[in-house]
Amino acid sequence: MSHDFGVWVGALLTLFIFSFLYKDNPLYKFAEHLFVGVSAGYYIVLNYWTVIDTNLIGPLAAAFSGKLPGGPWHVQQGDYRGLLVIPGLLGALLFTRLFRRIDWLSRFSLALIIGVYAGLKTTGFAQGDLVAQVQASLQPLWIPGHPGASLNAILFTIGLLASLLFFFYSREHRGALGGATRIGVWFLMISFGAGYGYTVMSRVSLLIGRFQYLLGDWLRLR
Amino acid sequence: MALERLERLDRRWLFLVLGLLVLGPLLWPLNLPIEPSRPSRQFNDAIASLPEGCTVLMSCDYDPASRPELVPMTKTALRQLWRKHCKVVVTVLWNGGPAIVDQTIEETADEFRARGEKLVDGVDYVNLGYKAGNEAVMVLMGQGIKSTFPLDQHRHDTSTLPILRNVTNYSSFPLLVNISAGYPGTKEWVQQVNSRFHLPMISGCTAVSVPEYYPYLQAGQLRGLLAGMAGAAEYEQLQGERGLATHGMDAQSLAHLFVALCILLGNVVLWSRRGGRA
Repeated sequence: MSHDFGVWVGALLTLFIFSFLYKDNPLYKFAEHLFVGVSAGYYIVLNYWTVIDTNLIGPLAAAFSGKLPGGPWHVQQGDYRGLLVIPGLLGALLFTRLFRRIDWLSRFSLALIIGVYAGLKTTGFAQGDLVAQVQASLQPLWIPGHPGASLNAILFTIGLLASLLFFFYSREHRGALGGATRIGVWFLMISFGAGYGYTVMSRVSLLIGRFQYLLGDWLRLR
Repeated sequence: MALERLERLDRRWLFLVLGLLVLGPLLWPLNLPIEPSRPSRQFNDAIASLPEGCTVLMSCDYDPASRPELVPMTKTALRQLWRKHCKVVVTVLWNGGPAIVDQTIEETADEFRARGEKLVDGVDYVNLGYKAGNEAVMVLMGQGIKSTFPLDQHRHDTSTLPILRNVTNYSSFPLLVNISAGYPGTKEWVQQVNSRFHLPMISGCTAVSVPEYYPYLQAGQLRGLLAGMAGAAEYEQLQGERGLATHGMDAQSLAHLFVALCILLGNVVLWSRRGGRA
């Protein structure tokens, strides 16, 4: 067995959490509340040191220390010096949401955040998904000498078109359209099944990870 | 009668059986065969084809919750890269990640040091640590790595690090190795970096996000893909290792068989009930 106090704490908390599988109990509640509290504290400290201190306070202190050549307003790409006051102010404005009378001030910061991310997301999606995926979907149906690849391409095209038709709601799904959408449903069901299988794999992996910790790090059985 | 009992079965029996099926093979391994899949081979080959001694960007976008799936593949990828004498620049875009990623890097580096091989932080590898901003960070790195990460995880000035001497932006790397647990991760790297800066990339991710990334592999936007613990085990197999992922795969297989059996029995019960009503 391990002689490390930290490993014992981790192992006991794991068992407390597992005890919920039998039924809700005070040990589980204790572990759950401890996790929430520790996580909140950890992330606040982590974000202060990795975001606020590293990106704002440190560079601002250096900019106004008088030691940097060119002074606090000698700005170039990647070295924004005194201009960091602006993002600092915008960040501070977010906290005005805590005060009802001036909470409207936070909208300036939120507008900037939403604008930047909407722009990044839209261009990223257009380049990475829309154009590239449409391009990749245009493939020859018959590849001479490769019957397997040809069958794959035909199945892919049928699945793609049928699945797309399933989401076409401007006409009732009857007749030829109804038949095509039923094929689309089959393809969608297969993809949901694959997604479920992979989700099970992920969740079981978490259980395996905990058991490996209990058996290896705590009990030293392997 | 038996079906009625199955219908009323306390779910805790299922938890117990699943727990035992996972626990058993971890104590007494069955050594079921592992056959590397094509995406895992492609992941392995993408690193194998890198020139010796090049500098590779590796983004480890996960936190301790994804440890069983992603730490084994991170370690194997680091070993493969270091065996090729590649230098590794690591970034983290998940705020819970820097500590576990740093621990993973150091544990792997210690294996090399124990064999007498010299691996120096700041020379052969660097953990640039966490940076808030998700996609914005990715785009910013395209303008300059050192200006985006002025300090590394251990608060060293990145402009003085030997490993970053010749590193400017994405054009300094032949490959991006992304180990991803979700958002931000592989999808965002493909959208913001692969398509915009044309940096070739491979991905190792949690199994739950694999179906979302397969289209990127099929379109050639990803050069290789490791799918969860199974992908990590296949990659270990390709590298001739027997790590935690391989060790966990027997339990994984039995658990999957049990879940499949439960689904089958559940459907049999449902069909029989419908038949009774009819």
